[in-house]
Amino acid sequence: MNQWKNFTKGLIKENPVFVLLLGMCPTLGVTSSAINGLGMGLATTFVLIMANLAVSLIKDFIPDKVRIPSYIVVIAAFVTVVEMVMQAYTPALFDSLGIFIPLIVVNCILLGRAEAFASKNGPVASMIDGAGMGLGFALALTLLGSVREFLGAGTFFGLRVYPGEYGILIFVLAPGAFIVLGYLIAIVNKLKKA
Amino acid sequence: MSYILLIISAIFVNNIVLAQFLGICPFLGVSKRVSTSLGMAGAVTFVMVIATIVTWMVQTYILVPFNITFLQTISFILIIAALVQMVEIVLKKVSPPLYQALGVFLPLITTNCTILGIAVMTISNGYNIVEGVVFSFATALGYGLAIVTFAGIREQMDLMNTPKGLKGAPISLITAGIMAMAFMGFAGMV
Repeated sequence: MNQWKNFTKGLIKENPVFVLLLGMCPTLGVTSSAINGLGMGLATTFVLIMANLAVSLIKDFIPDKVRIPSYIVVIAAFVTVVEMVMQAYTPALFDSLGIFIPLIVVNCILLGRAEAFASKNGPVASMIDGAGMGLGFALALTLLGSVREFLGAGTFFGLRVYPGEYGILIFVLAPGAFIVLGYLIAIVNKLKKA
Repeated sequence: MSYILLIISAIFVNNIVLAQFLGICPFLGVSKRVSTSLGMAGAVTFVMVIATIVTWMVQTYILVPFNITFLQTISFILIIAALVQMVEIVLKKVSPPLYQALGVFLPLITTNCTILGIAVMTISNGYNIVEGVVFSFATALGYGLAIVTFAGIREQMDLMNTPKGLKGAPISLITAGIMAMAFMGFAGMV
C-alpha cells in the first residue's frame, strides 16, 4: 500500500510539471505534438528510473561533498545510453526532439529526485518513485502536446479530427506552448483546491 | 556581414528563451525584480562565452581525434560544472565587486540548460571558434533582453488584480506567451 502511494504521488499530487514546476524546458520545447511529448516523457522516465536505482545503490560509497557531481555523471551516462538507442531505433523521433535529448541531463527533475529521494531510500522504493515521477512527467507532456496539436493542427496523435485549415497555427508555435501550459496549471490549481 | 546576421538571428529571431525554450527555469525563477534579473543575465553571459570556448576546444582537440564523440554529453556537463566552480573562485580573488554582483547566481548556472545547449549547438552547427564566441555572446544578450524585459513586466503585474486561479506561475507563463508572440514579429528578418 505504501509503495502504491509512493508511485501515485508523482502522477497527480506532486506532478513534476503542473505542481512542482520542474523541467520546464523540455515541457515547452518538445510538445508541439502529442507523440513528441510522449517520446520525451518516456525517455525521461527511463533515465529517471535507472538513475534513481544507481544512486540508491551507490549512495553509501559516495562522500557527501562530491555527491552532486557524482549524481550528474550517473545521470549523464544513462542519457548517453538513451541518446544512442533512440538514434538507432527511432531516428524520426530523435530528429524532432533534437537538442532536448542531451539536455535531459540538466532537467532539474532528475537531480531533484536523486537528491531528495534516491539518496535516502532503498533501490526498490527509488525505482518506484522514479517510475511514478517519470510517468507523471510523461502524462503532463502528452496532455500538453495533445492540446497544442488538437488546437493547432486539428489532429490527435496524428489522426485528423477536423480539417487542418481551421487549426490555430499559433498553438503549435512557441507562444502557444507558454499560453496552454499557463492555463493547464491554472486548471490544476483550481481542481486541487476544490 | 555574416557575423551581423548571426548576431541578429541569435538575439531576436531565434531568441533562446522565447523561441527555443532553453533556460526557462531561471527565466521564471529569477525574474521577480529587474535588478536580480540583470545579475543573472550578466552571470550567464560570462559563463556562456567561456564555456563555449572550452567545450569547443575539448571537442576539436580531444573528443574528435580520439574518436570518442559519444562522450560529448558527459564531458561537457562535467566541464561546465567545474568551470562554474572555477569562475566563482577566480572572481572572488580577482574582482570582489563583480563577485558581489554575480556571486549568488553562479551556482545556479550549472543546471541552466542554455549553457549546455549552446555548447552542443555550437558543435552541431559546425561553427569555428570565432563564430562560436560571437554566437554564444549574442545568445546571452538575447537571454538578458528576454529576462530583463520579463522582469519589468512582472514588477508591474504585482500591482494588478489577477484572478485567483491565475496567480503566480500561470499568469507569468501567459505573459511569456504574449512576449513570444511579439518576438515572432522578427521571424523572416534573417
